[in-house]
Amino acid sequence: MAATNSQTESNSGSSIFGAGGKAPELRTVIKEDVASFEEALLPHLDAAHNLARWLLRNEQDAQDVVQEAYLRAFKSFSGFHGSNGRAWLLTIVRNTSYTLLKKNQAVDFTTFDEEIHVVADEFASPATILEHGEDAELIREAMDALPAEFREILALRHQEGLSYKEIAEIAQVPTGTVMSRLARARGKLKEYLAARIGKDK
Amino acid sequence: MNCEEATKLKDGYLDGELDPITSQTIEQHLRECPKCDQAYKIHGSLIRAIGNATPYYKAPAELRERIQSSLREEIAELPTRNFARDAQPLFPRRQSRPRPILWETSWNWLALAAAIIFAAIIALTLVPRLQRPGADQFLATQLISSHVRSLMASHLTDVASSDQHTVKPWLDTKLDFAPPVVDLSNEGFPLIGGRLDYLDNRPVAALVYGRRKHFINLFVWPAASNESKAPKTITRQGYQLLHWADADFNYWAVSDVNVNDLQTFRQQFETRTPRH
Repeated sequence: MAATNSQTESNSGSSIFGAGGKAPELRTVIKEDVASFEEALLPHLDAAHNLARWLLRNEQDAQDVVQEAYLRAFKSFSGFHGSNGRAWLLTIVRNTSYTLLKKNQAVDFTTFDEEIHVVADEFASPATILEHGEDAELIREAMDALPAEFREILALRHQEGLSYKEIAEIAQVPTGTVMSRLARARGKLKEYLAARIGKDK
Repeated sequence: MNCEEATKLKDGYLDGELDPITSQTIEQHLRECPKCDQAYKIHGSLIRAIGNATPYYKAPAELRERIQSSLREEIAELPTRNFARDAQPLFPRRQSRPRPILWETSWNWLALAAAIIFAAIIALTLVPRLQRPGADQFLATQLISSHVRSLMASHLTDVASSDQHTVKPWLDTKLDFAPPVVDLSNEGFPLIGGRLDYLDNRPVAALVYGRRKHFINLFVWPAASNESKAPKTITRQGYQLLHWADADFNYWAVSDVNVNDLQTFRQQFETRTPRH
């Protein structure tokens, strides 16, 4: 289901990214009506914006990507028959965000070998981190400093409260990978926090 | 289970994503291994801290408008010749085309008549059997609309209070029944307030709870004696609906939180509601 949807989506045009866009399949559009599209997908606007904002770390880019994603979604809406409109929309937002990240050469993907589960150090002074655990600004900064894959998975889990299964669908990875990636993301976040707290002292 | 396995499953366990048997095996290990137990506790606080501390970037209002107008532009740009093949234009240009060809030949009349008779037979045979799910689907639509409306129109609550002793009396005076109201802050579902709503042809109580950065609307109204008491879940448009009932009341919880959270919410609510 996810694969088919994202396939449909990636075939659609892309206006803000310049070349590569081709004309949408008009007949598929006509069958659906704007109102039902809006009813199904506009309630997830906050979720879409939040994910794009975390991925792109820039408000203007986030808004452009969300608008673009809604247009793409609209063009392939008739191809969508699933029940989870939010997951479908977020998949498109994610793919659109990555396209822009790649185009901007601001690519901070790190390729991870998901099979090798590297356990982050249990820190010598975990208490120190926890004392600072409520420092919202520091945690936000730490999350922003992580690679896109990690920002994405943390936003989907901690902010949208999505299940591993839904995250797997959106990030297009096996469900088992979700757990190891989350573990790595949180481990990296912890390392960053530890380093920062160490430095501030 | 050894420490290595326990460490590997830490995130899955703390996220509530493991099966009950594996979870129990882990709990067993944690009772025996103080080192892992400590590591789980620390990781748990980190997980909570991430959830609490990171901002949720809500979409600004103008983005919604931008999207809506871009969709309309998109429609306007569609060449009209494409409409000829597929019957229904999105925005019918008023009177610009003749009525559809349904009226052109008598053959179509026959086909139409046959279709109506066929549909009637199907309906008469199947409808009694399908009635319950159909009614549920209709109710589900009403519930989701009500949930979405409550979040959109800044009319989440009529009485905003985390104190169950404020919300309950307020609702009691407005309704012809007295719904149970409990604050579940300690269980991670703080009570935000209450609201009157109208569903299933009757006034109902809507209790509003928070979950991380999301909301849960819990609709409550008296249960009819012949209704199914079996809990059920429905997923629609990315929303989760969870229904259960006790001797007195029907409950429908609606939210965009995941289904596990909603199940936990129900358990906590039931635990805290006095038995009848």
